[in-house]
Amino acid sequence: MSEAIPAETVLDVKNLQTVFFTNSGLFRAVDDVSFSVRRGETLAIVGESGCGKSVSALSIMRLVPDPPGRIVGGSVTLEGTDLLKLDDAAMRSIRGNRISMIFQEPMTSLNPVMRIGDQIIEAVRLHQKVSSKEAWKQAVDMLRLVRIPEPERRAQEYPHQLSGGMRQRAMIAMALACRPALLIADEPTTALDVTIQAQILALIVDLQQRLGTGLILITHDLGVVAQTAQRVIVMYAGKKIEEATVESLFETPLHPYTRGLMASIPAVPSPDAKEDVRLVEIPGMVPSLTRLPPGCAFAPRCKLAVDRCRQEYPPLDEVKSNHWAACWRAGEIAEAS
Amino acid sequence: MTEQRPLLEVTDLVKHYAVRGGVLRRQVGTVHAVDGVSFTLGAGETLGLVGESGCGKSTVARTVLRLVEPTSGAIKLDGEDIAPLSKTALRPYRRSIQIVFQDPFASLNPRMTAGDIVGEPLTVHSIATGAKKQERVAELFQQVGLRPDQMKNFPHQFSGGQRQRICIARALSLGPRLIVCDEPVSALDVSIQAQVINLLIDLQRKQNFSYLFIAHDLAVVAHISHRVAVMYLGRIVEIADKHELFANPRHPYTQALLASVPIADPKAKRAAPLIDGDVPSPINPPSGCAFHTRCRYAIDRCKTERPALQAAGPAHQVACWLNDGTGRSE
Ligand SMILES: Nc1ncnc2c1ncn2[C@@H]1O[C@H](COP(=O)(O)OP(=O)(O)OP(=O)(O)O)[C@@H](O)[C@H]1O
Ligand SMILES: Nc1ncnc2c1ncn2[C@@H]1O[C@H](COP(=O)(O)OP(=O)(O)OP(=O)(O)O)[C@@H](O)[C@H]1O
Ligand code: SF4
Ligand code: SF4
Ligand SMILES: [Mg+2]
Ligand SMILES: [Mg+2]
Repeated sequence: MSEAIPAETVLDVKNLQTVFFTNSGLFRAVDDVSFSVRRGETLAIVGESGCGKSVSALSIMRLVPDPPGRIVGGSVTLEGTDLLKLDDAAMRSIRGNRISMIFQEPMTSLNPVMRIGDQIIEAVRLHQKVSSKEAWKQAVDMLRLVRIPEPERRAQEYPHQLSGGMRQRAMIAMALACRPALLIADEPTTALDVTIQAQILALIVDLQQRLGTGLILITHDLGVVAQTAQRVIVMYAGKKIEEATVESLFETPLHPYTRGLMASIPAVPSPDAKEDVRLVEIPGMVPSLTRLPPGCAFAPRCKLAVDRCRQEYPPLDEVKSNHWAACWRAGEIAEAS
Repeated sequence: MTEQRPLLEVTDLVKHYAVRGGVLRRQVGTVHAVDGVSFTLGAGETLGLVGESGCGKSTVARTVLRLVEPTSGAIKLDGEDIAPLSKTALRPYRRSIQIVFQDPFASLNPRMTAGDIVGEPLTVHSIATGAKKQERVAELFQQVGLRPDQMKNFPHQFSGGQRQRICIARALSLGPRLIVCDEPVSALDVSIQAQVINLLIDLQRKQNFSYLFIAHDLAVVAHISHRVAVMYLGRIVEIADKHELFANPRHPYTQALLASVPIADPKAKRAAPLIDGDVPSPINPPSGCAFHTRCRYAIDRCKTERPALQAAGPAHQVACWLNDGTGRSE
């Protein structure tokens, strides 16, 4: 637990455990998850609905609704400080300052009755003592930075006067106005069209690299992951089941779930392909977190499952250099591929 | 296609919505939701419909089903124009066209059993009752990969993918000729989408009905479709055989759309002709070619004259002034 954290590491999450107490019982939404993010790096978190991606992000922000949720273990170290040990006031001054978050639906985090410019000013002035004139200028500059046309005019407008893509850009402007060390983007482009999505992703990555911000990108779109992240973690039923560099993950996915996911996604037909290959299905359905099977949670859907998988949970092993997987058969898979 | 007459032939379909404002609720504008759309669909064929949010895909789908009344245009099913038919005259055609929606949660009645949901159309159209109906429903359950013993369960007892199977079974119950799918897998988990896509393809191979298939995910549309139509602001700007469209996109918007799809391969760095800016409002769509506000090839003519869909090679049509009709790439 006491290894030194490399200097350039912005965020270091260790053995995070977040549980929910509900009518149908207690369940671990995030179960012993560890990862880190370096300056200027993009870490993608993928996995299907309900696997714990958003709860991981909310845990870092200490925004898990309590009740019914609670962080019950682990540490979240941001620039050397364990956020889980801070009092509420100290945490508030970190949020929107050292960490910012972009949500899927911009309307939920934009104030509908406040002009866009004023909202960005709030973010700027929360942590920077500047005159209101200077703050307004900075707000307009931020809108220009995120390539909103006519930023002077747009700053005067209210959220409903902007298109979906523009709102998302305004939210990015707000999130970056305080120059955070870490930006968490939870499905930032899912609600947008592909041409707008491509613009927004290019924009986030460009700004993030220029400002040296660490980025956690939560998405279910493997295409987005391949095109934007350097490292990826794959989650399934609350656990991290694989971690690798993007290159290694896409070249040799080691966990059967990741492999199934990649095979089940249709590709845009390549110009020379004349025949359609049948999609590979992952049979069965996502298990309920309140009724997880013993052993590997993927076992009921896994073609490679053996008896051991149904009894013992596989440890997360470094199967190849810098490539971890939690699967009893990952070694065999690595050798075969 | 071997048959002479397509199953569905849509010609100059228009749907305008009035925008009202002020205390007097006077009409202050018009939403050009669908603005002159024409296409054909053969028996056993799948036509994919793609385009950005608000470009009119669902409106096309709903007017074909007459869930929305078209402003003008013809919708011919087997040569018969169903656009002007009264509700009663339309009845026999309703059996032939079915729809599967995006949200398998909202489109199922929570108080009915799955078996009753699937069997309801059989009752409504007085096709089967009693044991005969139960038999047919059980058969439909099997066709979509559900167990007949699940007929007595209620929607909340099924997962999202299973609920979409129930919707598909209901759509199949009357032996339709055409199934309109409006974003049928968008609400499903990634690992479940492939199950439903494969099911849709298998059913079509066995029963030879047609699909009008809408999805915002280009790869999904490409996978399931034989031909693909690309819409922009209420119009089809390009329509072609699937492989042709992806190998040789001719409309600048289609090119931008294809280039914007992130490829699930970190080594495939895109040579991005990304387009900037937002989709203009359909309330006052740009004059001439509606894409001219974002098109990097736009010439003067594009701002004033609207290009019509023209042949751009075999099984390929494009609405762009750059198209010289030869089907060659520039
Ligand atoms: N406020 C809450 N109360 C109870 N359970 C919750 C709450 N928030 C999340 N959960 C549960 O925690 C688990 C993880 O949810 P989470 O939102 O992290 O999923 P996700 O991976 O972000 O999924 P998605 O892709 O759908 O956004 C789920 O089972 C979810 O139902
Ligand atoms: N009942 C209505 N009244 C007024 N405008 C409408 C109505 N229904 C749809 N529209 C408008 O018509 C246009 C086309 O809508 P439509 O739902 O067909 O788009 P779409 O291509 O299906 O979009 P999405 O991908 O978001 O589902 C949009 O601008 C929409 O706002
Ligand atoms: S541990 Fe077993 S069940 Fe789990 S993914 Fe590996 S092989 Fe499959
Ligand atoms: S007609 Fe003109 S504006 Fe429209 S796509 Fe072609 S070149 Fe661009
Ligand atoms: Mg989430
Ligand atoms: Mg729609």
